[in-house]
Amino acid sequence: MSFYFAQFLTGLSSASSLFLVACGLSLIFGVTRVVNFAHGSFYMLGAYVAYSLVQVVPGSILGFWGSVLAAALIVALVGVLVEMLILKRIYNAPELYQLVATFGVVLLMQDAILLIFGGEDQFGPRAPGLDGVVRIFGEPIPEYDLLLIALGPIVLGVMWLLLNRTRWGILVRAATLDREMVAALGVNQSWLFTTVFFLGSFLAGLGGALQVPRVSINLLMDLSIIAEAFVVVVIGGMGSIPGAFIAALLIGELNAFGVLVLPQATIVLAFVVMAVVLVIRPYGLLGKAETLAHSAGQVELPIRPASTLAKSVAGLLLAGLVVMPFLAGEFAIVLATDVLIFALFAASLHFIMSNGGMVSFGHAAYFGLGAYGAAFVIKYAGGSMELALLAAPLMAAAGALVFGWFCVRLSGVYMAMLTLAAAQIVWSTAFQWQDLTGGDDGLLGIWPSEWAKSKTAYYYLALVLCGGGILAMRRMIFSPFGYTLRGGRDNPNRTESIGINLRHHQWAAFIVAGMFAGIAGGVYVFSKGSIFPDEAAIPRSVDALVMVLLGGVQTLSGPVVGAGVFRLLEDEISRLDYWRAILGAIIIAIVVIAPEGIAGFIKKIAIKAGFERNEEQSS
Amino acid sequence: MTAPVLSVRNLSKSFGGLQAVSDVSFDLAKGELLALIGPNGAGKTTCFNMLNGQLRADAGQVMLNGTSILGLSPRRVWRMGVGRTFQITATYASMTVRENVQMALISHHRRTWDIWRSASSLHVDEAMQLLKLVGMHEQAERAAAILAYGDLKRLELAIALAHAPELLLMDEPTAGMAPKERVRLMQLTADIVAERGISVLFTEHDMDVVFAHAHRIMVLNRGELIATGSVDEVRNDARVQEVYLGGGTLFEDQAHG
Repeated sequence: MSFYFAQFLTGLSSASSLFLVACGLSLIFGVTRVVNFAHGSFYMLGAYVAYSLVQVVPGSILGFWGSVLAAALIVALVGVLVEMLILKRIYNAPELYQLVATFGVVLLMQDAILLIFGGEDQFGPRAPGLDGVVRIFGEPIPEYDLLLIALGPIVLGVMWLLLNRTRWGILVRAATLDREMVAALGVNQSWLFTTVFFLGSFLAGLGGALQVPRVSINLLMDLSIIAEAFVVVVIGGMGSIPGAFIAALLIGELNAFGVLVLPQATIVLAFVVMAVVLVIRPYGLLGKAETLAHSAGQVELPIRPASTLAKSVAGLLLAGLVVMPFLAGEFAIVLATDVLIFALFAASLHFIMSNGGMVSFGHAAYFGLGAYGAAFVIKYAGGSMELALLAAPLMAAAGALVFGWFCVRLSGVYMAMLTLAAAQIVWSTAFQWQDLTGGDDGLLGIWPSEWAKSKTAYYYLALVLCGGGILAMRRMIFSPFGYTLRGGRDNPNRTESIGINLRHHQWAAFIVAGMFAGIAGGVYVFSKGSIFPDEAAIPRSVDALVMVLLGGVQTLSGPVVGAGVFRLLEDEISRLDYWRAILGAIIIAIVVIAPEGIAGFIKKIAIKAGFERNEEQSS
Repeated sequence: MTAPVLSVRNLSKSFGGLQAVSDVSFDLAKGELLALIGPNGAGKTTCFNMLNGQLRADAGQVMLNGTSILGLSPRRVWRMGVGRTFQITATYASMTVRENVQMALISHHRRTWDIWRSASSLHVDEAMQLLKLVGMHEQAERAAAILAYGDLKRLELAIALAHAPELLLMDEPTAGMAPKERVRLMQLTADIVAERGISVLFTEHDMDVVFAHAHRIMVLNRGELIATGSVDEVRNDARVQEVYLGGGTLFEDQAHG
């Protein structure tokens, strides 16, 4: 009994830590509608800064508690800087752009922290005065945990006072309900958003700084906390701080007791709970339905079949791809195979995202499922490559069938978050189910059949499968099915009121997209000869988003152009030190400077030059 | 008299303590243009949303040609032959005018699962005929996103006619339009439904439009039907006059209530 009570207290203390981070994230989302990936980076930064102030600064001038506070303040200022320099410019862009931009910040911060603090894992000192244990029912409980347990409700109380008893709080609550109205009433939104970022980042920094005595500080803290914080915020209801508190308690206790029951599935559990909560309460426990439609970006023009010019360019490209192996060396062939794979992967995301309006933050799930599906056939069934390449889309489609059923019940950010959760389920399963997937060591030795062993032969196989997939999806976009999805994106109400079951069509589209991502994953695994859980992780999902964005969300050729540029770019810069920072900076630059993407930009030029048909601008 | 196309009995709905619609009953004959009027908050849109399946009724019965449609989803109500236009137009902004109508036709012909043919080449003639009917055929290739509001309303009418409905539900068909355009649109609607024998139930705030085109008028106030009859009957009804013209007491009650 006493053991379970101790476990309960452990759950409470981790719930408090989680709440600090989630509370800031929820606050920022509620007011600015930005899904802030960089929040995890602020948390990590808080931990590193606090550690340095305590350990490295001579004499530890500030003492432990002073260092914690100072770290939180420094992080808050960094948060304000990020808000003012980057996010302020893209508040009116669709959520996707903001999310990708904040992921750019994640990459930048990772390298900045690596540069400043070094890559070693750090272990902080115990908190002075709270380094002992208390015996409760005979079980030793760290004093520091008791402090954290108390801190959660205290922060909740302070937040409540701030939001309900101050003028600033009233403005924040008003902005959470209706941003436009608040602006119409003459409130300086710009200032309001900046202060919200200050407070949100402060809480993230505080949360990180308080972890110094508890856990090792490392460069993986950011993504692991952000995934959990997203879960908490979504379960609680985005924008709801009491909701975040309840959800943090739920997840904290779930982790504490889940580890006793299902030690293999601790990471998965949280995401499963989230999926269940969202199906029962689509806006989280205490969340409310969106009253205002999100900024949808600029209105899209009708799609047209390719012009003669575009067709000729595509024909030339295809001809070039066919003769390429005769002209280029092996290295180029391998790189081109890679580009083909990622073009298909990006196109499958583009299919549901731009055409169907279903933003997936976790598309890597289906890439990973396809790759593992193929690998399983080779490893456990002794099957051939041909069979494995058949299993890849089937496995991915099966995953999309299950996850899609949940996801199409939601829309907007909630849907995106659920797709992220689905991807985390796949990733953590691959990571934790060692007997099947080899865990972090991956599955090795998955090579193509004899006839496809040469790089050139495999390249042609990839060209047929990936090129075929891309063309098939393009055809679908112009078909009644594709138009139905497009209509559902433009106006779900209208779609239902002309007798269409939109959800069924969206579900089918989700499965189709998953299937093609699975083909990409299958082709990928044989080109590398191995598969690791990373292929289903968050950065891989973001890769897909960046490729689509880079090419241009609203351009049909966008994903192909985006994948080409992205892979070539990545290949160039990944040899440099601090390539993450460079990539992050490029991502941010694209979102801020050229939101229509490369293919969109080229199209604009072509229209201006009179090569492409122009649509009427206005009347 | 032939059996009514739409027959509504004792339709009721409350939101919390507010009785939004109580005990509303009426019949709609074939080819009839029936106006549902009443002050803001009278329950007109609530009525509409229950008829087309967007809102669940607390009680009552709605029969379309003798078949109950109450509680069906908007999708199924549409399949039963009910078209709807919205108070705020609902069209596909990223499609052309023609494609908007084609989508309704594609759904009507149950081809939304086709993944091979080009949607833009299906049912072109049918779509163009519908556009011609509402006078939009010259703008067929324009993007819906750049249409003037009055043209959007006409496009919506063409979409609503695509599955050859027997009944049209039009929620404030002329809202947000210039006075001259209102009359034109309603005249157009009246001509089309007369020719095709379609019954129409519409709500409207513009009394000129209502008096000029409605065959019959129902007046809703605070969820209850207070009058039903011909244009002249309703015009001369003392309670209606109170609600609309001298209705100080009623409006004051609402303001304080």
